[in-house]
Amino acid sequence: MSQPVVAVAGLRRDFGERTALDGVGFELGAGESLVVLGPNGAGKTTLLRILATLLRPGSGEVRVLGAHLPGEAWKARGRIGFLGHEALLYRDLNGRENLRFHADLHGLRGEAAEARITELLTAVGMERRAGQRVAELSAGMRQRLAVCRCVLHDPELLLLDEPDSNLDAEGRELARELIGPGAGRTRVLVTHDPDRALPDADQVLRLGAGGKVAVA
Amino acid sequence: MTSSRLVYMAILGKDLRAELRTLQSLPAMTLFAITTFVIFRFGLDRTSLSGSLAAGVLWATLLFAAILGINRLFVAEREEGGFDAIRLAPVDRTTVFAAKASALLVYLVALELVVVPVFAVFFLDSAAALLPLTLVLLLADLGLAATGTLISSMAVNSSARDLLTPLVLLPLVVPLMIAASGASEPLLALGGPGYHRFGTWLAVLGLYDLIFLLVGYAVFDFLLED
Repeated sequence: MSQPVVAVAGLRRDFGERTALDGVGFELGAGESLVVLGPNGAGKTTLLRILATLLRPGSGEVRVLGAHLPGEAWKARGRIGFLGHEALLYRDLNGRENLRFHADLHGLRGEAAEARITELLTAVGMERRAGQRVAELSAGMRQRLAVCRCVLHDPELLLLDEPDSNLDAEGRELARELIGPGAGRTRVLVTHDPDRALPDADQVLRLGAGGKVAVA
Repeated sequence: MTSSRLVYMAILGKDLRAELRTLQSLPAMTLFAITTFVIFRFGLDRTSLSGSLAAGVLWATLLFAAILGINRLFVAEREEGGFDAIRLAPVDRTTVFAAKASALLVYLVALELVVVPVFAVFFLDSAAALLPLTLVLLLADLGLAATGTLISSMAVNSSARDLLTPLVLLPLVVPLMIAASGASEPLLALGGPGYHRFGTWLAVLGLYDLIFLLVGYAVFDFLLED
């Protein structure tokens, strides 16, 4: 395998007395999908936030897109699409304004940015609701916008934490076009629905209590 | 790395658009300041103030009104995921400091455009001091914006942020308030504006601004990390 997109070895992260992750390790090549399974509190979200450069690893080796974390996090930022429990959308801005804001943060501007935003809004069936304030949208519609936000800057690596949450059947299918395995991106997917996720998985990581690897 | 100018305009524009749409900070700050002037007017039982008393009333009121805006400066970033969005993007964090401080500066200027004339109507015999006072206000606003942005970004992560912001901010802005009151006192003197030690106090204000802008530039990157 060429240089892995994500390489983790002996990762540990504590929050005070509580151990969230302990001895986690895996390698993920370009275009591969890793599905992370485990009960509530097993450290799945913590793992994703560390890979997204939003949390510092406690100890162990973490390399994402060739950048050693946390020291070289700046090299990976802008190349990761992160879809977590929060949509990362401002309630008082409308959908299009939110996406324009994120486009600016990632250096997309002008007509190219507008075209990309329109393309994504159309892809998730939100083009007619894009002028509504996010506070007025249902949880499912916010999640559709969050999917657009996640792939807006065409990231190489997708970190997805329960991406289907709040989505109806149509929303799940539309989102799958953008963040599913067919999109050709490397993916780390946290899910409580293995039946849907496992057929697309190249690797599976099962986390147990205390963030220990249960079955690799 | 995304262009700093683009990021600066994006964050500042977002903050101002959201404030114009929701009016969460400015009306509260303005109402607080005007109510405080009314309380001072009846509490002191004076229809005219001058010198150090006038300067004290003006700056104490502006400072406490500013704290209302400072408290809310990063609330959307904290509660709606703005911090995560910014940390996921390839942006220079000092640009975020500059944009947030600029947003606070705009709020303070907008506040003063309304409440300083009200102060003049309530307490001053003439409006002659208002023009030179503008320079003092701008320099003090710059210092408040820099210090307020720093403290607000730290306090917002605490559940006790409403308590924490004034507790940490007030001691830090004591030099700023002394200098602003010192510069305002001769301007608000009985019989018209004077300029005794005016330049010295302006220099102190400028030095304070410079120090806290540099501190913000140096430490803001670390404040945004987990």
